[in-house]
Amino acid sequence: MFKWKKLGKVFDPKDLAEPTWMHEFAQSPSVVVTDDYVRVFFCSRPAPDADGRYLSYISFIDLDRADLRNVVSVCPKPVMGLGKCGTFDEFGTYPVSVIADDTGLRLYYAVWTRCESVPFNAAIGVALSRDGGQTFERLGDGPVLSYSFDEPFLLGSPRVRRFNDQWQLWYVAGKEWRMTAGKPEPIYKIRMATSNNGIEWTKIGKDLIRNRLGDQECQACPDVLYQDGAYHMFFSYRDIRNYTGREGGYRIGYARSSDLLEWHRDDALVDIVLGDTGWDSEMVNYPHVFELDGATYMLYQGNGMGRTGFGLAVLENESGARSA
Amino acid sequence: MKWRKLGKVFDPTEHALASRCVEFAQSPQALVLHDRVRVYFSTRERDSSGKYLSHVAYADFTPDMSHLLGVADHTVLPLGGLGCFDEHGIFPINVLRDGSRILAYTTGWNRKVSVSADAAIGLAISVDDGRTFQRYGTGPVMAASLREPFLVADAFVQRIGELFHMWYIYGTGWKSFAGSEPPERIYKIAYATSVDGIDWQRDGRQIIGDRHGLDECQALPTVVELDGAYHMIFCYRQAYGFREDPSRGYRLGYARSTDLRTWQRDDAIAGIDVSDDGWDSQMQCYPHLFVSRGQVYLLYNGNEFGRHGFGLAVLENAYPRAGVL
Repeated sequence: MFKWKKLGKVFDPKDLAEPTWMHEFAQSPSVVVTDDYVRVFFCSRPAPDADGRYLSYISFIDLDRADLRNVVSVCPKPVMGLGKCGTFDEFGTYPVSVIADDTGLRLYYAVWTRCESVPFNAAIGVALSRDGGQTFERLGDGPVLSYSFDEPFLLGSPRVRRFNDQWQLWYVAGKEWRMTAGKPEPIYKIRMATSNNGIEWTKIGKDLIRNRLGDQECQACPDVLYQDGAYHMFFSYRDIRNYTGREGGYRIGYARSSDLLEWHRDDALVDIVLGDTGWDSEMVNYPHVFELDGATYMLYQGNGMGRTGFGLAVLENESGARSA
Repeated sequence: MKWRKLGKVFDPTEHALASRCVEFAQSPQALVLHDRVRVYFSTRERDSSGKYLSHVAYADFTPDMSHLLGVADHTVLPLGGLGCFDEHGIFPINVLRDGSRILAYTTGWNRKVSVSADAAIGLAISVDDGRTFQRYGTGPVMAASLREPFLVADAFVQRIGELFHMWYIYGTGWKSFAGSEPPERIYKIAYATSVDGIDWQRDGRQIIGDRHGLDECQALPTVVELDGAYHMIFCYRQAYGFREDPSRGYRLGYARSTDLRTWQRDDAIAGIDVSDDGWDSQMQCYPHLFVSRGQVYLLYNGNEFGRHGFGLAVLENAYPRAGVL
C-alpha cells in the first residue's frame, strides 16, 4: 500500500501578494532537483481573451530543498513563447515534463492545437535549456512525437524518465472522439515509447493499462518511479462523462511492472484521499512522484484541473513499495 | 522531354459521381491493370457549412488511353472519422501494386482554426484490384515531425530494389503577404525510404532547388525511370497571388537523378508548358507519370486546379525499360 500523507497546497498564483503574468492555474508540476532548491516546472495561464479562450505557458517556482512548502522564487515570465502560425503549439503548451541530461534540461510538452470539427488536438514537442530552465529553445517547429496509424490524434500527458541507459516516454494517445451529451469528447489511453537519444522515439504500440471503467475510461499523466526492484506507475483516470466535479473527476490509479512493458493495475494500492473542503476537495490528480533526501514525494494538482494550484504529499510508509 | 498533348480526357461534370460530387477531378494518378488503366482522382462535394470535402473516385481507360471505359459511382475509400487526419478530404491518392494487394498512399486533410487546414499521409490497402480500399489504422503513417511542422502530403511511392521510395512535400511556413489574408502556406519536396511501406525514414530536407526563392511552393512530385536515369516532374508556383494572376500560378518543373537522392533541377527539360488558350492555358499542376503498353504518359490538371477535369500527354521518342514502374 502506498499511503500518501498530504502536506498541503504548495502554490496557486492567485495567492501571490504581487500580481504576475500568471492569472490562474498551476498545472502538471514536474521537478528538477538542485543542491539548494527544487525547481518545479508547471503550466499557468494569463487572463483569457475576450472570447474566454486561454493560452497556456510553462512556468516554474523554486522550493527550499530543506522545506518543500517554502517557495523561494517565482518565474518572472514564461520560459518559452508559443509556436509560429500554423504550428502544433501555437495556442499553448500543456502539460509538461522536464528532465536533466548532460546537455542541459530537456522539456517535453504537449500542446493545444485548435481544430474545427473537434475542439482541439495535441502532439508532443521537445525543447532544451542551457541556463538551468530560465529559458527553453525548441529543437524544431514540429512535434518530436506525432500521430501514427494506430495513434490517430491527441498525443498528450508526456512524462519522461531514463532507466537502464534508455529514455522512456509515457504519454497518452487518443482512441476515439465520441459524441457525449451533444458534444465530442475524447477517449485516450496510456502508451509508451523508448529512445536512445530522446529525439528519435520507437513507439511500443499498445495500451499499457487495462481499463477499470470500461472502454470509455480516459487515462492520463502516467508517472513512473523505480523502488525496491520494481517500477511503480501513478496516473490519473476518469469516465468520459461528468468529469468536472467531485463525483466523476480524475482519480489517481496505480500499476506495477518489473520490465516497463507489462503493467499490473491495482488502484487499491494507492491511498490518497480528496480533501473534505478547500482546494483539493473535488480533484486530486496529475501526480508527479520523485525521491529527495530519503523521502518519496508526490506533487498533484487540485480542483478544476489545477485551477486552484498544486500541492504536495509524502509517502508515509517507506516500505510501501516493498509491500506492493 | 518532348510531350505531345492529347488534350483534356476527363470532365467530371459529364458523369455521375458518388458522394454528391459535381466538380473537380484533381491529381489524376494511374494504376495499370492488365486490361485497363484505372485513373484515380479527387472530386468534391460541399458540406452543410458550404466548405468542400474531397473524395476519391476513379475512371477506367483502355490500355492505350484512347477510350474511357467507365467511371466509379461507388465509395472507393470513405473519409476518416471525427477528429481524424483525413476527416475533411483525401487529396491526392497515389496507388501502386504490391503482390496481390494495391497500396494507396493518401493525403488526408483536416480543418484548423488559425490556418485553413493541416495534412498528413495515410495508407489504405485494396484486395479487389483497387475497386475499394481499407485503411491501415485510423491515423497517418507519416505526419508532422520536428523538422516538418505541418502539411506532410502528396506522397508518390515506388518500389525500387529492396526499398519503398517516397517523394512527398512538407510545409515550411504559413505566411501573411501584403494583400493576402488569411495566411498562405509554403511547402517543399522531400524524400523518404521504407523497408515495409509503413515505417518511413526521413530527414526533412528539401531535395529540389527553388526557382522562385524561399516563397516557392513545390508540389506533387512524380518519377519515371528512362534511359538509365530518374526523371521527376512536379508543379511549382508563387506563394500568393497564384489564384488570380496566371503568371504566378502552377507550372510543371523537372529534375533529374541517377541515384534517387540527389536531383538536378532544369525546368526547361520538362518539355511542356501552358497552352495559348483552352483548358490548360492558365496553369498546369498535379502531374503524374506512368507507363502503359510501352508508352510514357503524363496526366495533369489545368486551369482552376482541376475544377474542369484532367488532361493527358504522351512522350515522344521514349523507350522505357520493360517492366519498370
